Amino acid sequence: MANSLVPVVLLAAGTLAITSMARADTLVPYTVVGDGIPQSLTGRPGDAARGRALVLDRTSTCILCHSGPFPNVKFQGDLAPNLAGVGSRWSASQLRLRLVDASRFNPATIMPSFYRVDGLVHVGQNWRDKPILSAEQIEDIVAYLATLRD
Amino acid sequence: MKRACAMLVAALLVAAAPLRAAEIPPDQRRSGYSFMGPDSKAMQDDDTANPGMLWVLDGEALWNKRPGAANNACADCHGDARASMKGVAARYPAFDKALGRPVDLEQRINLCRAQHQQAPALDYESHDLLALSAFIANQSRGMPITPDGDSQLAPFIARGHELFMQRQGQLNLACANCHDDNWDKRLAGAAITQGQPTGYPMYRLEWQTLGSLQRRLRGCMTGIRAQAYNYGAPELVELELYLMSRAAGMPIETPAVRP
Ligand code: HEC
Ligand code: HEC
Repeated sequence: MANSLVPVVLLAAGTLAITSMARADTLVPYTVVGDGIPQSLTGRPGDAARGRALVLDRTSTCILCHSGPFPNVKFQGDLAPNLAGVGSRWSASQLRLRLVDASRFNPATIMPSFYRVDGLVHVGQNWRDKPILSAEQIEDIVAYLATLRD
Repeated sequence: MKRACAMLVAALLVAAAPLRAAEIPPDQRRSGYSFMGPDSKAMQDDDTANPGMLWVLDGEALWNKRPGAANNACADCHGDARASMKGVAARYPAFDKALGRPVDLEQRINLCRAQHQQAPALDYESHDLLALSAFIANQSRGMPITPDGDSQLAPFIARGHELFMQRQGQLNLACANCHDDNWDKRLAGAAITQGQPTGYPMYRLEWQTLGSLQRRLRGCMTGIRAQAYNYGAPELVELELYLMSRAAGMPIETPAVRP
């Protein structure tokens, strides 16, 4: 199922812009344009070096599912595409939306929505009403992924 | 703008699409055992190397002890467990007519303690409860899982199935996402098995101890950052029931060894 990569329906909407219905108190508002979020969530560019460290940190969850161009890192997952070259396949805007809410690209995806707090069920007390990653962390990761070009 | 709205509606409808999980065909069902390396398999296969056998031995001693005011041992009512407990763990959780709900093996042991031994309940994951349940389940080793056929269990199994299919937690994953759809893959370094309940209680190398099926289920729930149900909660028993019905026919391995 991991291979059903369908950049779907929404993308066809072209000019459609939706301001997120995110709860304003927890998440900074963002605007989806086409199939991406063109503006940085923090208003600043992220830091690619910090982004790399975050991607490799198990608590960010990325390499539980993904492998990537990290030859020295043990125990990478194979539930999801290798991250090598994602910066060539997707723009920063697209990468940002995928991290914020991957279900916009594939409604049946197993990739979590990292910047979403609504529509979740039975969330553990320690994690309730918090996104998996902060806006700063998303920007750092986007900056890093954008450097993964082939 | 009207067109755009229609498209948004279409997108939302797609978003509400159910999980694509397909149940595992019977001939493709595999125990967690088959995903392990040769060392762990050897450890499970050899009773002198299998750490779980220590609990089984302690359980046998407890079977013959008289812990409560009624001055009854399990053996005083049930005799030789090798005969009387054969096949019992293979059909649990079972429907309890008096309570009107399913009880798992640990709960059955505690009901016996309360009703027939006048002894205090043992906590989940306490040494004695693990030892007794390991000893009892070991009497079914090699026997096929044969769920209790009581038709009153149907709604409980259905709720367990629903829970299994329900995306939950901060990571928004369902049990089925991993154990039906991705059991041939790896999560970080670990094989994602089919989540078959064949070996419980079992010795988990990561825990360095024996643990119950409920402990394992709570671990997976915490893994997806869901609120784990309390030990003994009806939801966990319903999940156990569903898992056992999903595994019908697979042999019991207790005490299994897992990474
Ligand atoms: C539970 C599994 C899971 C986790 C955790 C996960 N992903 Fe994914 N990811 C996927 C899957 C599966 C896909 C394939 C497309 C789809 O199904 O949405 C994917 C696709 C992607 C893509 C597009 C890849 C391509 O080749 O086109 C990027 C980029 C990505 N993920 C980045 C990340 C990052 C960064 C993290 C951590 C912050 C992460 N993912 C965490 C499962 C996951
Ligand atoms: C993100 C993936 C994932 C999700 C979601 C998940 N699990 Fe697991 N589960 C695993 C992995 C990986 C293992 C094997 C861990 C090990 O033994 O090292 C496992 C092990 C198990 C086992 C033990 C199997 C054995 O051989 O002893 C059971 C039972 C189980 N899971 C049930 C569940 C249930 C029920 C749920 C939902 C509440 C669930 N899992 C959710 C990944 C997952």
